[in-house]
Amino acid sequence: MLDFRKDYFKDERDDDLNEIGKPTQRQDALGHVTGRSPFYDDHLFDGLLHLKCARSPHHHARIRNVDTREAEAMPGVVRVLRGRDVPANLNTLLSLLDFGLDDEPVLSETKVAYMGEPVVAVIAETERQALDAVAKVRIDYEPLPHVLDVEEALQPGAPVVNETYPSNAFVYYEKYDHQKLRFGDVEKGFRDADQVIESVYQMSPIEQAPTEPCGAIAAPETNDRWVCYTSTQGLFFSLGTTAKLLNVSSSRLHFIGGTVGGGFGGKVDSLHEPLAVLGAMLTGRPVRYGYNRAEEMQVGAPRGGERWVIKDGIMNDGRIIARKFTGYFDSGAYTRLSSYAVVKGTAHLPGPYTIPNVSSDVYCVFTNRTPATAMRGFGITGVDFSIECQMDKLAHAVGMDPIEFRILNSYRDGDMKAHRRETKNSALIECCQVVAEKANWPLSAAARAASSLTDGGGEKAAIPPTATDELGRVQTPNGEPRRDARPKTHLSGKTGVDTVLNVPADAYGHGAGGSHPPSAPASPPPAPAPQPAPPPAAARPPATPVQPAQQPQPTPPAPAQTAPPQATPEVRRSPTRFSSISGLRRR
Amino acid sequence: MSKKPVQFIHNGRAEAVFVEDGQNLLDALRREVGDLTPKYGCGQGTCGTCTVLVDGQPQLSCLTLAETVEGKSVETTGGMTDGSELHPLQAAFMDHFAAQCGYCTPGMLIAANALLRRNPNPSRDEVVEAIGGNICRCTGYQPIIDAILDAAGKMSQRRPTFSRGL
Repeated sequence: MLDFRKDYFKDERDDDLNEIGKPTQRQDALGHVTGRSPFYDDHLFDGLLHLKCARSPHHHARIRNVDTREAEAMPGVVRVLRGRDVPANLNTLLSLLDFGLDDEPVLSETKVAYMGEPVVAVIAETERQALDAVAKVRIDYEPLPHVLDVEEALQPGAPVVNETYPSNAFVYYEKYDHQKLRFGDVEKGFRDADQVIESVYQMSPIEQAPTEPCGAIAAPETNDRWVCYTSTQGLFFSLGTTAKLLNVSSSRLHFIGGTVGGGFGGKVDSLHEPLAVLGAMLTGRPVRYGYNRAEEMQVGAPRGGERWVIKDGIMNDGRIIARKFTGYFDSGAYTRLSSYAVVKGTAHLPGPYTIPNVSSDVYCVFTNRTPATAMRGFGITGVDFSIECQMDKLAHAVGMDPIEFRILNSYRDGDMKAHRRETKNSALIECCQVVAEKANWPLSAAARAASSLTDGGGEKAAIPPTATDELGRVQTPNGEPRRDARPKTHLSGKTGVDTVLNVPADAYGHGAGGSHPPSAPASPPPAPAPQPAPPPAAARPPATPVQPAQQPQPTPPAPAQTAPPQATPEVRRSPTRFSSISGLRRR
Repeated sequence: MSKKPVQFIHNGRAEAVFVEDGQNLLDALRREVGDLTPKYGCGQGTCGTCTVLVDGQPQLSCLTLAETVEGKSVETTGGMTDGSELHPLQAAFMDHFAAQCGYCTPGMLIAANALLRRNPNPSRDEVVEAIGGNICRCTGYQPIIDAILDAAGKMSQRRPTFSRGL
């Protein structure tokens, strides 16, 4: 079944692999086939208590009052937990990597921002008693206007989903409301192109739907410690998150995982461990907090929905000469991992193709949907789907075979990527050739002869002039610092080629002046590449940083033109921002 | 809450437990008997990971009231291993990498076991039909089907668990 194509790149490796290509028994297989692999719920405790949550029935509502007296009097109820019982009731998952602001409570005290958000936790002797008591929790809600669409959420006057980010967009590097990438001049590319094609792609949220629902069991252990058996995919995420939320040393938490009954990304959010451990702390007894299937589907974090607008300038000979992205990643009500998905997605653009002019603006947007999280390739899968649909559309527009069209535009070793890194070890052309061969799809002699190792570099190794000012900010073609204009909505059916750029600065006054490309290397790139265009002689007014606490205003508060000059470029670089995951950290 | 006694044969041995009104067989097996091999996946009869044999017939233990197995025989994956030897289906699941996360595996093994008992030489379509009520989310069905077909020819062979190279 496996087909090793060792004829490709054979001079690039020693064939001294001892294990690759040979079957090796999984070390957990015997446990699996005998049913003895210890999943989190396979730990029996005497006196095990069960925790269930009272959850919001509204997309968005203020909590006026919570009355748990009747619930506390229900049979079997041992303890009722509120947000005030959680020692540090605000967290964001990636705070462990110093990325993002704490924005999500374990149990909400003031308002709920998605349907299913937990407000009260009930601990009872049996699961059924816990559910019966949850039904007796009285929560007085004042429903608020909600927003479920990413572009509507970015419009002025949209309901504020997440008070930590009042503009409904995650704030990058403490000042930018989106991730930006600039390489060359896409506007010139569109002017020079034979055809300009723009499309909008929309991916729905997807539930990971593991066979084993998420959960955790915690119990008091000896020496003033607590043991926690968990289904988590990220044991140290869960450990660190629990230690932070409960304000205890991680050395007092004994986390045991490693058996995950299907994860697919949906088991990294560490929602169960903190409440289970807190319950064990406050009751002195073992506490189980596990989703049932309904909770798994309704409040378990899905893959986030994504909307991508791709605008391409293409020559009739098949070359793509400009590509512009506007992306919206639906984070739901809280950040979780979506901020990182946007970084990862931006680092993936413009796909595995050499395009001389690339521009991208990607937003991590808060809506009143279930918070999104990881799922198999999140941040990449959606935009790859969009790019490859677009590639087929472009191939059709110029009358080319779709595989030959990809081979023509593919990265080749030595080409400069939009991220200002040289392409190495590329193999898209070879993959296309093998796919065509397996599918009996005829390719031209030229396409069959193409190689990732030839025709790369040269002129394509150059970094095209990308207008920036002395602070590295992206310039508009006429030399003015670009404002981070919010694009007009693409929902209104207005998807013509003129919709994306040249929009006036948005009403939020955000980020007048652009950001540097998010993943530019720390040192100048090698290769005989020309450096980015020198800054214009005239000093440019600096940006007005985004104020995270700023409420949306109907008029732009401080246009860049009136801001006082500022002379210290150093202020733009904070020491260590994100991230060890994507390898962007400066060391 | 009243509890009532239920007596049944669990993997060949007499078992007696007290169950609550409305308690399902899955919960009774896991919490009262202590047999953790049947798993909870959905609690509504759609995923099949809680499948057990009741008097030889595959049955969803999450939809079976515990009190209804009074006097009957209940078999789970926990009873498939004969002493220290693997059942041929278990060995075949290992050989064919038919258990990735392992959570659907107990239900798959029970469904396959029921098939092979009534039809020792099933066709591929019959295997697909037999595990049609069992959802697998990560392994993929092909290795599972291959394993069941492979085991069908080896039902008389048993392998010791301790020489499996672990």
